[in-house]
Amino acid sequence: MLEFLENIIPSSTIALVVFALFPLVLILVYALFAIWAERKIAGFIQDRLGPMRTGGFHGWAQTIADMLKLIQKEDIIPKDASSFLFKLAPFMIFTASYAAFAVIPFSSGYIGSNINIGAFYLLAITSFLTISIIMASWASNNKWSLVGGMRTAAQMVSYEVPTIVTVLSVLIVASSMNLMTITEMQTGNDIMGFLPNWFIFQNPFLIVAFALFFISMLAESHRVPFDLPESESELVAGYQTEYSGMRWGMFMLAEYADMLLLSLLGATLFFGGWNSPFGTFMSGPVWGFGWFMLKGMLLVFVMMWIRWTLPRYRVDQLMHICWSILIPLSFVNFVLVALWEMIF
Amino acid sequence: MTHQISANVQETREMTINMGPQHPSTHGVLRLEVVLNGEVVSRVHPHIGYLHRCFEKHAEAMDDYSKVIPYTDRIDYVSAMNQEHGYVIAVEKLLQLEVPERVEYVRVILAELQRIASHLLGIGTFGLDLGAFTPFLYCFIEREKILTIFEKISGARLLYNYICVGGLMRDVPDSFKPETADFVKTFRPKIKELNDLLSYNKIFIDRTANIGILPAEVALNYAASGPMLRGSGVSWDLRKNDPYSIYDRFEFDIPVGSGEVGTVGDCWDRYMVRVREMEQSLVIIEQALEQMPDEGNVMEAVPKRIRMKEGEVYVRTETPRGELGYYIISDKSPSPFRVKVRAPSFVNLSILPAISRGALLSDLVAIVGSIDIVLGEVDR
Amino acid sequence: MQTQIKEGFQTFKSIFIGMGITLRHFFQPSVTIQYPEVRDVLPAGARSKLFVNIDDCIGCNLCARACPVNCIDIETVKATADIDLGKTSTGNPKRLWVTQFDIDMSKCMYCDLCVHPCPTNCIYMVQEYEYSEFDRKNLIFKFSDLTPDKVIEVKEKLVKETEEKNREKELAQQKKDQEKEKDAGKTGE
Repeated sequence: MLEFLENIIPSSTIALVVFALFPLVLILVYALFAIWAERKIAGFIQDRLGPMRTGGFHGWAQTIADMLKLIQKEDIIPKDASSFLFKLAPFMIFTASYAAFAVIPFSSGYIGSNINIGAFYLLAITSFLTISIIMASWASNNKWSLVGGMRTAAQMVSYEVPTIVTVLSVLIVASSMNLMTITEMQTGNDIMGFLPNWFIFQNPFLIVAFALFFISMLAESHRVPFDLPESESELVAGYQTEYSGMRWGMFMLAEYADMLLLSLLGATLFFGGWNSPFGTFMSGPVWGFGWFMLKGMLLVFVMMWIRWTLPRYRVDQLMHICWSILIPLSFVNFVLVALWEMIF
Repeated sequence: MTHQISANVQETREMTINMGPQHPSTHGVLRLEVVLNGEVVSRVHPHIGYLHRCFEKHAEAMDDYSKVIPYTDRIDYVSAMNQEHGYVIAVEKLLQLEVPERVEYVRVILAELQRIASHLLGIGTFGLDLGAFTPFLYCFIEREKILTIFEKISGARLLYNYICVGGLMRDVPDSFKPETADFVKTFRPKIKELNDLLSYNKIFIDRTANIGILPAEVALNYAASGPMLRGSGVSWDLRKNDPYSIYDRFEFDIPVGSGEVGTVGDCWDRYMVRVREMEQSLVIIEQALEQMPDEGNVMEAVPKRIRMKEGEVYVRTETPRGELGYYIISDKSPSPFRVKVRAPSFVNLSILPAISRGALLSDLVAIVGSIDIVLGEVDR
Repeated sequence: MQTQIKEGFQTFKSIFIGMGITLRHFFQPSVTIQYPEVRDVLPAGARSKLFVNIDDCIGCNLCARACPVNCIDIETVKATADIDLGKTSTGNPKRLWVTQFDIDMSKCMYCDLCVHPCPTNCIYMVQEYEYSEFDRKNLIFKFSDLTPDKVIEVKEKLVKETEEKNREKELAQQKKDQEKEKDAGKTGE
């Protein structure tokens, strides 16, 4: 992809910038689409219509209008807030989400950085989210924000453990940390003659691993039933309470980007990434990108569907689920995955 | 999931935090001054009065007893019919007025429909407090059907001013009976759906069972009433224990909290009492629709001018939130000398500090939601 | 351990039941309507905005007295003897000029109490519910059909008539007094 860009663009620097900007454009377009989609899905689930006016067909331009409004809003910084950190936090949270996309193999022809420690880098860089959320909550100088921030810190640090362990169980099957290599390993339709070679079909214990991964993923991206950091009925808006305008918009963007990131990671690790489910039929770099996004979007849809169905857990129950259910289970499952790999 | 929350493992500084009056889950303008130890609530002070509208003074200023009825609507704006019913019964008792059969039946049906509508709102917002957004809107769809029935008979959707002293403001339309029967038929499966979606959802149970436990004796000592008292296992319903209007003609059960998923008197019990009360209201409506006379002038007993004798009266009725009392003193003049309201929400809210000690901040939201207060009634 | 497994199973079961319900609703048609384009039909007798059929009003002030919030303001002038205001459609004779009939809809609480006492059924609620205004003054609806000049005219006329009547009365009184004096004089003689 980079060579292709360098061929058509004379300056190699500009080519590199264009290459690097691709995920950013993708995130922005996706976020605009996903926020609208979330509102439509919520509407349909609740027997409503959702946004209907802006842009004509089913209010598709609603989020664009919202973003324009947010940009125009007055930039309010509370008097007693720590101004520098308050301003920095939204950008940091977005940077962390964006940086993580560097190692996601969008298609066989595009990966930002084809490094050998891709999975490790991804899990490490998402820890920045925790720091920026604490930064935002502390800098706001608001008690509700602080409670929300503390909850977030505890939640994200805890749920990183089951996430990492479940990712590890895929990594030992693939024996690589390079996400591109992991995807390439899942090419082909050999299982039982027709099933694609996706990891979820390769090892029965990886199905359990996926379930655990999905639960921790919900918690990592603060979705219902684990949306305690911003639980609006308890903490007003959690760490975002004092934010408004585009700074708040950055949090929103980062939240949706985070959702997409984890869904794409799940698709890469368990559902064959950019591989077509029909073997060589409809495969290739462009088709691959389509398949990959489709798999990611399906996971995002399930996350939204869950959000509009369930109530949320309490903070101590959340911790209980993590430390005394998910972590032991994921470790046991890790061992079982490894044993299966050794035997077969 | 039963595990202890140890609050005092480490010595921490307590934090005072203001919950409300502009907090999303204080059901209006309730302000709670919460003293937190970490996330554990040490003390709660409810501050009320943000919605005080001088109902009692207004009532004294009106130069006619029937002019007070629109104001009673606004005491508890989600169960206006029940408020009117209570006030009108009190005035009629003072006047020693006999009301036609048909009027009584219509009033009872409306009161029970309003009870369902009010409980739907209470249940929906309770789910909202716990993060379940969708059941709230499903409840609103059903509530909407009741409001449509009310709009057809009274012309208004929220504040009806429909029940008047001695009768009704206008006769019910012909469509009233079949439409109500139709609603009863379609509403039963919806209760089941609500139970599947929310009541027996494990996360919901985890959030509400064993939380905000109100023992029966504490409830009695605080003079709690309505679902708050019945949730604690005390079978006390004025419709049965001290029947007013024509409630002695119907057969129905009083649902009480049984500690089905936790302890007797927890938030889930209070919630479930409301759900089961809706079913019982349907039973009453069905019986009333069957017995209701088809003909009869609803304006027959309405006095041209209300000429009050000297005297005083206390009438208590069962509203969705509990025991509503109207104490009226008359001094022969056209305006009431004194109208005192015993508001159930106000009394029920006073229990909050006692049952929320040691709960988590999230539990406090659940407890406030389970009391099902209407701030209009608390402040009057 | 066993109870924990059971609880976990129940959790997943209830979550899937809930998700089944929401999925079913996902495919159900919406219950909301697109308001300005699609409108709900209001039932007959819906209470929205007060309207006064001023031709039928006899200026009896009963509605203003029934109003709990005093949002109706009525001023009447007695019609002079030379003018016949006619009858209302219900047959009641009109004797008063209704020079002012203002309803302040920003105060009104839609209680319907003013509608019932009206002897000629000329005040009632209509189904118009979109009358929001930027200025609160625009919510005072004036129903009197008399022009300001006409109001001044009828007022002056009434004043003249009363003056005339008073003069007549005075004259009559004087006459009476004179006659009395005469009588008194006669008897005194």
